[in-house]
Amino acid sequence: MSLDDVKTSNFKFVGTSPDRPDGVDKVTGRARFGADAQAPGMLYAAIVRSPHAHARILGIDSSKAEALKGVKAIVTRADFAEGLEGENWNILENVMAGDTALYDGHAVAAVAATSALIARDAVKLIEVDYEVLPHVTDVDEAMAPGAPIIRAGTADASVPEGMHPNVVRYHESGHGDVEAGFKEADLIVEDHFKTEATHQGYIEPHACLAQLGGDGKGELWCCTQGHWNVQKICAALLGLETSQLRVTASEIGGGFGGKTTVFIEPVALALSRKTSRPVKLVMSRSEVFRATGPTSSASMDIRIGMKKDGTITAAQGTFRLQGGAFPGAPMEFTAMCAFACYDLKHVQQIGYDVLANRPKQAAYRAPGSPMAAFAVESVIDELCNQLGLDPIDTRLKNAACEGTKASYGPRYPRIGLVETLEAAKAHPHYSAPLKPGQGRGISCGFWFNFGGETSVTLALSEDGTVQIAVGTPDIGGSRASMALMAAEELGIPYENIRCTIADTASLGYNEVSHGSRVTYASGLATIQAARDAKRKLCARAAAKWGIPEDAVKWEDGCALPAGPNAGKFPPMPIHEITAEMGATGGPISGHYEATPEGAGVSFATHIVDAEVDAETGKTSVSRYTVVQDAGKAIHPAYVEGQYQGGAAQGIGWALNEEYIYGADGRLQNSGFLDYRIPVASDLPMIDTVIVEVPNPGHPFGVRGVGETSICPPLAAIANAVSAAAGVRLRELPMSPPRILAALDAQADG
Amino acid sequence: MIHVNTKVNGDDAEFLCDTRETLLDVLRERLNLTGVKEGCGTGDCGACSVTMDGRLVCSCLVLAAEAEGKEIGTVEGIANGEDLHPLQQKFIEYAALQCGICTPGILVATKALLEKNPDPTETEVRYWLAGNLCRCTGYDKIIRAVIDTAADMREAS
Amino acid sequence: MVEVTLWSGLRAFAGGHETVEVEAKNVGEVLKGLVAAYPGLQPAIDAGVSVAVDGRVIANSLTEPVRPDSEVYLLQRLKGG
Repeated sequence: MSLDDVKTSNFKFVGTSPDRPDGVDKVTGRARFGADAQAPGMLYAAIVRSPHAHARILGIDSSKAEALKGVKAIVTRADFAEGLEGENWNILENVMAGDTALYDGHAVAAVAATSALIARDAVKLIEVDYEVLPHVTDVDEAMAPGAPIIRAGTADASVPEGMHPNVVRYHESGHGDVEAGFKEADLIVEDHFKTEATHQGYIEPHACLAQLGGDGKGELWCCTQGHWNVQKICAALLGLETSQLRVTASEIGGGFGGKTTVFIEPVALALSRKTSRPVKLVMSRSEVFRATGPTSSASMDIRIGMKKDGTITAAQGTFRLQGGAFPGAPMEFTAMCAFACYDLKHVQQIGYDVLANRPKQAAYRAPGSPMAAFAVESVIDELCNQLGLDPIDTRLKNAACEGTKASYGPRYPRIGLVETLEAAKAHPHYSAPLKPGQGRGISCGFWFNFGGETSVTLALSEDGTVQIAVGTPDIGGSRASMALMAAEELGIPYENIRCTIADTASLGYNEVSHGSRVTYASGLATIQAARDAKRKLCARAAAKWGIPEDAVKWEDGCALPAGPNAGKFPPMPIHEITAEMGATGGPISGHYEATPEGAGVSFATHIVDAEVDAETGKTSVSRYTVVQDAGKAIHPAYVEGQYQGGAAQGIGWALNEEYIYGADGRLQNSGFLDYRIPVASDLPMIDTVIVEVPNPGHPFGVRGVGETSICPPLAAIANAVSAAAGVRLRELPMSPPRILAALDAQADG
Repeated sequence: MIHVNTKVNGDDAEFLCDTRETLLDVLRERLNLTGVKEGCGTGDCGACSVTMDGRLVCSCLVLAAEAEGKEIGTVEGIANGEDLHPLQQKFIEYAALQCGICTPGILVATKALLEKNPDPTETEVRYWLAGNLCRCTGYDKIIRAVIDTAADMREAS
Repeated sequence: MVEVTLWSGLRAFAGGHETVEVEAKNVGEVLKGLVAAYPGLQPAIDAGVSVAVDGRVIANSLTEPVRPDSEVYLLQRLKGG
């Protein structure tokens, strides 16, 4: 698709913000989330978890639990499929430990009972005999000589010889000759940065209701970002045929990447198979923190050279990410995103995927990118400070644009970084005077966005209203966006369209709601399905009028003759055609099944003002502005919501949120009291500017918007805090103890 | 098991419960009021907010047996039949929810706020809601929706 | 022939080369051509790759066309949150 094929103006519905179709359900308590389902004869499950960071499982004695009245079944690893390979093997190892518990909270066994209380009591009666092994939770320590080996033989062929066995994957990319580039620099800044693991912090714990019979046929209800993926993985882990397991996605209470895989669903299915009864399994908040997928923690070295005029001459980064006791830390994205905002002749990025005794990381909003932006944009800020340059002008001088060779390889098509920087520069926030004690920070951020397998069916009802079935769970209002795009294409009112998330038995395969792909890919598929339906509607009108199909066009919800030569017929509205569709050729539906490959990368620039209390080390964010390229904002209010939500999560990551492990390798803050996400009184209003540089890969120019918004905040806040405190902060979160330590070190130094 | 007589959203309700069950457990599992959400079980997230004799509480921190003789209000009781409460309407209009899991608790909490204080400042709304976590919105649209609803309700009264 | 640029970490498996010429009319043939030229690339390709063709990142489709003058980059498989 070229930009000429993209509709960029004269929208009737797209670009408005009508009420969401699930609004009333959500404000009245009617909406059914993961834990809200019940079934007749239902049992309740609970999971036994390792209290050790690393321990061999010598034996499991469940006899006392089995003797408890109301206990119906206990499952261990022996109740799952054997002989799995690759990622399925890693997921099974994570879902239920084999011979070794690899982190604090690792599932070891599970029990189903007639009540939740009995299930929890039974968990305490299951005796597990552990041989405690040495552990490591810090990424740098896990790579160091002599570190405990977590899973020998996990490393793939990419890892250079001589690395510790905990280094399991290696990435290197870039272009040019960085050493030659550094020789051209007037100033080189080199620094080391660390970020702790954070959790997506969705308010809804994982929950599911499973039913699986001995005949291999099953039903699963769960909160997930991708139920086809759940279907595929659960079938593999339980040795089922994929199509025999029907999975329905409930309303989902937040995901942010953390609900793109499975944790409890296979366990509930195994218990159901063993008891022949429906089994409900709901995680506690503590289990969510200990045993789902937080982010990686990172240790990073950045070196950037700059001329006095602000031109970057070379950039180099090394990124070490631990992703728990399993391969998959997104270090290649960290590396590929790190310098993606800039037009660089000489750039090199290296990544290491490192095992540690922590839960298997999962995606979190632009996985890998925010930490890279934190390190890189901090160094650019330092260069600007030392050379006396304006941070936005300097970024504009080096900004990537159409035709720039990206730091990760290919040349960019049309992109919108320059437009976000210019809008930020023009925003009143950037020129507003700072109060004493405040600092201002700027950062850019980048994310790829994604397409993926997508199926949509658009079915017409006899009264001319429309049902859209999509397969991407709605995690932020996407049903409204789908209905808007269909309304635009069909020329019928938004209210006449109902968009539903179909279950796995009712629609073709759909990739998970991730990678900011929903409004892009399901949106594109919705538009194409509407076009398919319009062709069929026009054909029915043509037959009725006795003229060729190509002599009929569609406009404003009606078929009408394409031109004066086609004949004179009054416009035929959609409901007239659908009213008799049964008798004129049968029901009418539009379809689209494809893998759209035109997702457009997106960029953002954030401005933040912060002040630091030197007595307590507490930071307050006093003003925040997000500027981001949406391509085209279908439902602007929900685009703003994505910008604001990403910024708020970034503020939490920057200032407070972190996984804290004790010397014993146990997670010390597995609750919202000690793992403190931003609350209403922590935040200011978050101003937003929607920039629209159309993506040529979508019929209306949409780029994904969900993820890029979390890329700039870490660095923007670090730059603001560093300016306010007068000392560079190199470790996240910038919690009061870390700020006080930095202030003390500066006073001493 | 304990026999408890209570009133929920104006209707009499009685149930049997274990001494360890919370009000949240009973509302969800025994009375099928699943609009009340469990986000943490430790009183940190506010998703299970209900009123007990008019007072805002986390139902996960109240034992079910304590509901004896009390009047409980949940999100299911905010609308009057098909007529949404102004807060509910405004939350939809302002796009003040994304995933919607925190919305029931936030609505119960803000309704309680406006009954106490019909003209709250932004700061007062932010501190009142500091016990209700929302991970999607950054609170911006929620705060605006509450302040605007308060203004509408003052005008209407 | 199409010139394919590898990420530099793959040089070790491609005889030290960062670009490889393959006979290919689509993305699937690019990947087959790379493995035919350097079998050592197979594990990296099996682990998941995306292919950027003239700036468009192709995450899945093996049938996406490639022209002799296309700019083709091998990237590690993209996903998201």
